[in-house]
Amino acid sequence: MQVSLPTREDEVADAVADALRDGVRLAIVGGGSKAEIGAQVEARPLPMAGLSGVVDYDPAELVLTVRPGTPLAEIQSLVADTGQMLAFEPFDHGPIFGQAAGRATIGGVVAAAVSGSQRISALAARDHLLGFRAVSGRGEVFSAGAKVVKNVTGYDLPKLAAGSWGRLFAMTELTLKVLPHPREAATRVLFGLDDQQAIRAMSVAMGAQAEVAAAAHFPADTRNGESATILRVQGFGPSVAARCAMLGALLVQFGEVQDLSASEAAAMWESLRTLAPLGADRPIWRVNVAPSRACEAVAPLCDADARFLFDWAGGLIWIASEAEPSVIREAVSNAGGHATLIRAEEGMRARIPAFHPPAAGIAALEERIRRAFDPAGLFETGRF
Amino acid sequence: MSLSMPPSDQTTLSRRAEIVEALRAIVPGEGVIDDEECLRPYESDGLTAYRQPPLVVVLPETTQQVSRVLAWCHENRVKVVPRGAGTSLSGGALPLADGVLLGLGKFNRVLDIDYEDRLVVVQSGVTNLAITRAVEDRGFYYAPDPSSQIACSIGGNVAENSGGVHCLKYGLTTNNVLGCEIVMMDGEILRIGGRHLDPAGLDLLGVVVGSEGLLGVVTEVTVRILPRPQTARALLIGFPDVESAGQCVAETIAQGIIPAGMEMMDRPAIHAAEAFVKVGYPLDVEALLIVELDGSAAECDHLIGEVEMIARRNKAVSIRASRDEEERAAFWAGRKAAFPAVGRLAPDYYCMDGTIPRRRLPDVLERMGALSVKYGLAVANVFHAGDGNLHPLILYDANKPGELERAEEFGNDILRLCVEVGGVLTGEHGVGVEKRDLMPVMFSEIDLKQQQRVKCAFDPELLLNPGKVFPQLHRCAELGRMHVHKGELPFPHLPRF
Repeated sequence: MQVSLPTREDEVADAVADALRDGVRLAIVGGGSKAEIGAQVEARPLPMAGLSGVVDYDPAELVLTVRPGTPLAEIQSLVADTGQMLAFEPFDHGPIFGQAAGRATIGGVVAAAVSGSQRISALAARDHLLGFRAVSGRGEVFSAGAKVVKNVTGYDLPKLAAGSWGRLFAMTELTLKVLPHPREAATRVLFGLDDQQAIRAMSVAMGAQAEVAAAAHFPADTRNGESATILRVQGFGPSVAARCAMLGALLVQFGEVQDLSASEAAAMWESLRTLAPLGADRPIWRVNVAPSRACEAVAPLCDADARFLFDWAGGLIWIASEAEPSVIREAVSNAGGHATLIRAEEGMRARIPAFHPPAAGIAALEERIRRAFDPAGLFETGRF
Repeated sequence: MSLSMPPSDQTTLSRRAEIVEALRAIVPGEGVIDDEECLRPYESDGLTAYRQPPLVVVLPETTQQVSRVLAWCHENRVKVVPRGAGTSLSGGALPLADGVLLGLGKFNRVLDIDYEDRLVVVQSGVTNLAITRAVEDRGFYYAPDPSSQIACSIGGNVAENSGGVHCLKYGLTTNNVLGCEIVMMDGEILRIGGRHLDPAGLDLLGVVVGSEGLLGVVTEVTVRILPRPQTARALLIGFPDVESAGQCVAETIAQGIIPAGMEMMDRPAIHAAEAFVKVGYPLDVEALLIVELDGSAAECDHLIGEVEMIARRNKAVSIRASRDEEERAAFWAGRKAAFPAVGRLAPDYYCMDGTIPRRRLPDVLERMGALSVKYGLAVANVFHAGDGNLHPLILYDANKPGELERAEEFGNDILRLCVEVGGVLTGEHGVGVEKRDLMPVMFSEIDLKQQQRVKCAFDPELLLNPGKVFPQLHRCAELGRMHVHKGELPFPHLPRF
């Protein structure tokens, strides 16, 4: 029997068993906000939208258990109501592809390991997934991790789940760590730095006791002529004020550290999620690299008609460029990082793998791990 | 001892001389130890209740040597037990009679310090504290601080995903590691992660950290370092009952305050510690809380006031705030000496490590009290209160017949209790051999088999550290079986391992 929209874990298991029996592959589908990442797939969809809702939320224990199809926005508003947050700042990819926000699900952002600007101070999706339940490619229901914040019992399979992109198993329940939302936040800005200076300034700020929560750089061509390097400081009022003052003194060599109004700041941080400053037409790449090598990673593209946004103090670069994929990937490899193709037209996505090709030994190990969860390759849809 | 390890392979035992010779060809000089006397220091780790001299010890100096040792053992089907500094509290480095003990003690070099990207690259035998020592003159430190940090190696920290009293705010090892070099059982050398954040594909680093030496031998580690907070201050708060102390912890977190450390001690632990170090702990309280706040001076001063108010609302009978570093250190001195202090109350103690949802603390302590009566053994509790990680210390005398067994059974009951209330078997010490046979209390057979299939992806012959973590060893071929429909698997062209 085929289940069109499973609403329970056992129905997900049935759907997997059916696919195994029928010899068809399964594409796990959340809200579809990232459907345009990777190649087009030909597989039977396994929608998770029916597995929605909060299973348990205990703010005092900092633990939240939810079903994967729950909209991200719903969870963010639930935890905000008790003064908490998902500290890894997951966000909706829809706007990057010209869609309205609101489709992203919690299962989707965790499976894609989506972490926002705050990742440099508050860690990533992988660090906040405490446990999960899932149906493996064998059709078996299993659980891993736990529902407490500190646990080292057994292998840390939640780390594999975050960033698995639906290639290992279908998660049916996720337990996440939540944290208090900072009482206050202030964003400070330095205008007019070139990329190299900005990376250096952000490094100085991150290496100081100012406890910078997020640091990003917008080059001049993404802002009508004047670059902006922004630093966010958050926490309790007196502490935020003291640390902002600290930043002003610390970065004086780079220029005057100025206030940014709350609305301007919110708009700039938001634009690092929508990537609006990069324009709507060119392919978009996401580059992870050590911040000190960020400029080296993008150097071969600087002459071309490319635009960059630097987040994570330079450790994350969003690139909009028509350059040859091999040129981009080679430059990023040489700088010790990796480049993911996020947005491109269909033909390019069919040709260019979304993920940076790993070394042969790593690729073989990843393959063996995928087969450990999914021996028949049921979840190998060809997307990656 | 009731512990059963995988049966020794008689062929391996009979080939000992040949194995020693083969290892000497790879690691010359004194790097291979086969003398009975010299093997003795390696016969146990921090869990001294279990002892077993290894077949032979090898102490390679280079990754290439590690690779060749593993490749030779792989080819010859010889088991290998990796060992860092040997401070595991769960028996993770307990040797096997028919296994080569691979010590990483000579991997003791700091390879690179990068202040710009705030990271340090070290060989895996470098001690946890040595990383901080290497960068403290520039105002940086490595955050995870297990109590054994002066001795434990970073490779061991990676294997055990070690924590420490500050992990509520700064995370465990897994949250502070960026990359590693790992040698697989067949000798293949892989680099996982790097100097950047987040991997391109699967988070292999995430599953290697905390794998207790079962997936590969880590030879190099890249860790994040942090600027040392401008200042730190501590509060020492006494409560008339455990419930109030627990409520104070819950309210502190509910107010949005994540302290750097939040430690609780119960009455027996307070008295033992005070008798030992005499730092002025109040003796007329049922629970003592140490709350440490760090950050900018403005932040500490502000939060000290907030936490004091919360404590008062929750019936605190004594509150002291540290005025200087000396006083802060004094507050901690008793907590840090809690284990040896409790050790003075009885010839032996057994340290447990479960985690529970914090709200269940009063209930769990009460039931632990009942178990203490049942087993006729005293127990003192220290508790990482912020994250629910309990360390009950069971007092016993190994020279009294049956007492060790009783202590272990008591400990097992405590861990079963932790799982029953929604917690876990181990919060930071690892499963090792100690909690291996309790794994089915927390995981179903399907869960455990799924974990073992991950093991098979790294080490299909199960040669690396067998007998740890999993109560039952399934052959990988057996785990790989699938129900087959009409004699055919779907997608027959896909490779299978």
